[in-house]
Amino acid sequence: MSFPWAKHYEPKQPLMRWLDEKLPLPRLVYNAVGAGYPVPRNLNYFWNFGVLAGLALTLQIVTGVTLAMHYAANGAVAFGSVESIMRDVNAGWFLRYAHANGASMFLLVVYIHIARGLYYGSYKAPREMVWLLGVVIFLLMMATAFMGYVLPWGQMSFWGAQVITGFFSAIPLVGESIRIWLLGGYAPDNAALNRFFSLHYLLPFVTAGVIIMHIWALHIPGSNNPTGVDVKSEADTVPFHPYYTAKDGVGVGVFMLVFAAFIFFAPNMLGHPDNYIEANPLSTPAHIVPEWYFLPFYAILKSFTADFILPAKLWGVLAMFGSILLLFFLPWLDTSPVRSANFRPRYRAFLVALLVDVLILGYVGGAEANARNVVMGQLASAYYFLHFLVILPLVSRSERPRPLPMSITQAVLDKHAGTSPAKTAMA
Amino acid sequence: MVRLLAILIGAAFTFVLGLALFGTVSTAITDPAPETAEHGFHLHPKDAALSSQGYTGTFDRRQLQRGFQVYKEVCAACHSLKYVSFRDLERIGYSEPEVKKIASDWVIEQPSVNGETGEAGTRKNIPSDRFPSPFANEIAARAANNNAVPPDLSLMTKARHDGTNYIYSLIGPDAYRPQPAALLREFPDVKTPNGLHYNPYFANLNIAMPPPLTADNQVTYTDGTRATRDQMAKDVAAFLTWTAEPNLEARHAAGLAALVFIAIFCFLAWGAYQNVWRDVKH
Repeated sequence: MSFPWAKHYEPKQPLMRWLDEKLPLPRLVYNAVGAGYPVPRNLNYFWNFGVLAGLALTLQIVTGVTLAMHYAANGAVAFGSVESIMRDVNAGWFLRYAHANGASMFLLVVYIHIARGLYYGSYKAPREMVWLLGVVIFLLMMATAFMGYVLPWGQMSFWGAQVITGFFSAIPLVGESIRIWLLGGYAPDNAALNRFFSLHYLLPFVTAGVIIMHIWALHIPGSNNPTGVDVKSEADTVPFHPYYTAKDGVGVGVFMLVFAAFIFFAPNMLGHPDNYIEANPLSTPAHIVPEWYFLPFYAILKSFTADFILPAKLWGVLAMFGSILLLFFLPWLDTSPVRSANFRPRYRAFLVALLVDVLILGYVGGAEANARNVVMGQLASAYYFLHFLVILPLVSRSERPRPLPMSITQAVLDKHAGTSPAKTAMA
Repeated sequence: MVRLLAILIGAAFTFVLGLALFGTVSTAITDPAPETAEHGFHLHPKDAALSSQGYTGTFDRRQLQRGFQVYKEVCAACHSLKYVSFRDLERIGYSEPEVKKIASDWVIEQPSVNGETGEAGTRKNIPSDRFPSPFANEIAARAANNNAVPPDLSLMTKARHDGTNYIYSLIGPDAYRPQPAALLREFPDVKTPNGLHYNPYFANLNIAMPPPLTADNQVTYTDGTRATRDQMAKDVAAFLTWTAEPNLEARHAAGLAALVFIAIFCFLAWGAYQNVWRDVKH
């Protein structure tokens, strides 16, 4: 894999030599995240977020498996079993708050990871497969997070499940039947809760499997870097261990600091008070809103308020799923051979606009649906689609990229010599 | 081909959004959403300023015991506390014999089955029991309360936005008041219906619960604190903060320890990073 100058695993201990002959697991680790994986020397802190996402998934699995030992997936007792975890299980409150906020932390680091990929063109050749698998992971995470939010069987759990499975009823003719089939009933109930629990337990392991493929696919071309320029010589790289294990250590520390601040001091800040009311099919909450990480997509859904050939609801559902599925086509929508936005002034301006746009969508998704917010949501949704589907294919034709550095090493030396313009210094 | 399709799909979504936008704007002009009474007259909760609030808050046990007394003598007539057990009261400073006595003296008994005849009946509460519900079931609760179910209070301070302050404000001395004349002038058809009570801290302004704290000294505190209406509202808000989050103190204490521990880890990790990279420009 990767570069010819990559170090080879040479076990000196007889035991390790013996193990390497029978099952070369240490060799696999050595080549994946050890000294055997050469990585560009100029990665910035945005390259910490892949490792952080892996850590977040691991923590979710550990806390989740433990919570599952105490949780009961039955509509009559689910809410009470969560309360008994909070009150009677040793450190149960810690496990539950860590798991609930862990989902937010996982999505947060993954959003930053995706934004990093967009900014530095990590989706482009030769890393298309890394990106495609990444989008699959993102979809799996969204499904897992949604089903996990249903499990406490509070008001938002129930009504969230009602709304999200309701999307399928927008499909013409067969939609309602599909919805009933998915739920195992006419409304969310025991059947739905049980299958959501089953899948919520399964999907993280599927995600872990896809992550292994994601990393495998990454190791063939090797990591991208802030200049987007290919690795040309050994001088451009450093071994992953100890250089990036040390740097990731710092990232892990800061991540844990933020995570702990949420768990111990604001554990309910990202949740909704209505989820501390037990699910009641006869009482609809005043505002049904999803968790923060779904708000931009919820805003897109709500922005389609006009029937045109298709009913408005179907447009909304198509657009909402489309807004994520279009990411699969990104490597072919963006034709510019230059990867890093640092050298693409026009693309960079549009990308910054997109980041602001997604934040606006997030605000609108959670806000009251008054005329001002709906208009904001409609404009922001339009920009979201225009950005990916229209601007991206066109901008690379009209854009003149800034000159690229000769090599990664050259960029690093220029930066330290202070001869490069300020913007290259970011690279 | 992919790019051409993408541009067409993008144009289609944008066109439909344009139509929707036109609809939103024209509706906003021709038929603007009416102002609502809730929008103009709902009040945000007042700050109860309890010791448990804030990032390092701890409970004031004497206040929790006073709040429990208010719950016992006022709220418990209608509201259950189904996730809290009598034994939990030991955590707010009652001794084991005191808890036993509180449980067995509790007016509402625990539903049970006679061990010999199998007949349904009730028995005295014991410390391991949850607080019994004042009503046998939801229908009984509705029948006794003008068709409104008094909600369980165990989690109330977490089940409402800004819950502790909300409880304090909702039953505090200035909560229940006559409907303001200004409101009736602006919205003549939202007069508080019979059987409901105007309360600006309640989401839709009209609450079914009659004023629970009507006079000073409604409860006689055993610790000598003057039981003003404000004090009782504060104390019961404190008690319900504890019932919703009994592990709050352990959480805050563990949090400080965790932050210090992780901060030391960060410091060491930063040092290791500097050390490893000292000879490599990057």
